[in-house]
Amino acid sequence: MLDNTLVELIDAGIKRDSRWLVRGVSFNVDKGQIVTLIGPNGSGKSTTAQMLLGVLKPDEGIVKKRPKTVISYLPQKLSIDWTLPIRVEHFMKMTGKVSNEDVRSALVSTGVEHLFGADLRILSGGEFQRVMIARAIARKPDLIVLDEPVQGVDFKGMLELYELINRLRDELSCGVVLISHDLHIVMASSDNVICLNGHVCCSGTPKLVSESEEYLALFGRQVAPGLALYEHKHDHTHGTDGSLIDDNEKSSSVAG
Amino acid sequence: MLDDFFLRAIIAGICVALIAGPLGCFVIWRRLSYFGDTLSHASLLGVAVAILLETNFTFSIFVVSGAVSLFLIYLRVKTSLPSDALLGLLAHSVLAVGIVVLGFMTWVRIDLLSLLFGDILAVSVTDIWLIFFGGILVLLTLAAIWRPLFADTVSPDLAEAEGMRPKLVRIIFTLMLALVISVSIKIVGVLLITGLLIIPAAAARNLASGPIQMAFISMITGTIAVVCGLFSSLTWDTSSGPSIVVTALVLFILTLLPLNRIRSVLGNYSERLSNRGIKQ
Repeated sequence: MLDNTLVELIDAGIKRDSRWLVRGVSFNVDKGQIVTLIGPNGSGKSTTAQMLLGVLKPDEGIVKKRPKTVISYLPQKLSIDWTLPIRVEHFMKMTGKVSNEDVRSALVSTGVEHLFGADLRILSGGEFQRVMIARAIARKPDLIVLDEPVQGVDFKGMLELYELINRLRDELSCGVVLISHDLHIVMASSDNVICLNGHVCCSGTPKLVSESEEYLALFGRQVAPGLALYEHKHDHTHGTDGSLIDDNEKSSSVAG
Repeated sequence: MLDDFFLRAIIAGICVALIAGPLGCFVIWRRLSYFGDTLSHASLLGVAVAILLETNFTFSIFVVSGAVSLFLIYLRVKTSLPSDALLGLLAHSVLAVGIVVLGFMTWVRIDLLSLLFGDILAVSVTDIWLIFFGGILVLLTLAAIWRPLFADTVSPDLAEAEGMRPKLVRIIFTLMLALVISVSIKIVGVLLITGLLIIPAAAARNLASGPIQMAFISMITGTIAVVCGLFSSLTWDTSSGPSIVVTALVLFILTLLPLNRIRSVLGNYSERLSNRGIKQ
């Protein structure tokens, strides 16, 4: 394990009820590196992230972590129980001592500084994600693991937050593990892309992965990275009053 | 000074309220109220063991309920039964074992009513010392593990990932709950201990805007409930446990009143009064 390496997975796998959720995963995360995990639903992205973090112990293989690594984790799901009176301020300082200045500057960087004293449970989905990202940043981590960090955030905010994550990697020279569905945005800035589907389908630089047969088979050609255009087909048409018109019906009415 | 039984009960009761306050908050946040019930059921077996071995009640209750809670943690890992089923299984089997063991000891006649509902006459000087030092131990430990325990309450995965060692903290918390239940059994009784844990914390939830604030309000509410409850128990000769829990319930209902509105109405009224004063 090199000095630069924060965490290393060697042939790691997780089994539940005699079914392998993910198996034979090998990669490492180095300082200042963005590693992106992609793959369809149920392909073991979150499981791999949790294995890397030590939340799940691998049933086979090895996960090695550099000692004294400060880790920040942004889980995919986090719900705050109604019985818990908790404000953003408390949440930010939940897993370690963080100064008020660091809390504020982290909230500023994700654009939610006005929420410092707000009740955590009344935030909108997008606001909550921004607070979660701010919490992860405020700890000044060596390794930051973000499981779908921008869910519920509007498009402009999403671009800003990915830009922020990029900047963070440079400023803190921390390792970043990113799980995301926004392939065309996140892949451009990744150093290493791991394409999962129960196992590592393919991995390498974004360019390498996006051109590989396995990737194209999983995601189709439309979403290949670098393609900013979002192609899609409508399966219905709207009438001038906004009502739905069945495509077949329309063609028949035109014919008639 | 400690000769007076009522003074002993008051001191013990306040100590119990002060430790039950913050722990009760965690019981509510972590949805463990049924777990408290299980431990208090186990305490009956603890009493039986104490009589059998002629040891101190509080100590043997702590050992038995501590063992039951560790067994529960073990069962959770080993079986795929849901938590509430496991709790029900343990609560009732331990209670049944306790009663059976008591039944075998035909030479023993215990006052079941005071065991179930608490008895202020039962608090001895030894108990006071046990409760006092046990209480200090619990509060210091809680202060030490507050951050990881709270993080684990919000998100176990996050706590584990960020190095908070939540598994160890969970075991410590469980043993602390067993300790609190064992020291409060004489005052509140087996049946009502969960009430003392939960009701002050629930009242505090209505007033607090932060977790630590909620813990402190819960301590204060519990103390008021214990003091008023014990006095009414003395005055009207009622069981101490129910008197304390009823007082706590009254306090809870008070916190449901629209306090902000009352405050603003009072504020308007005093403003009007002072304005009138200026005019005159």
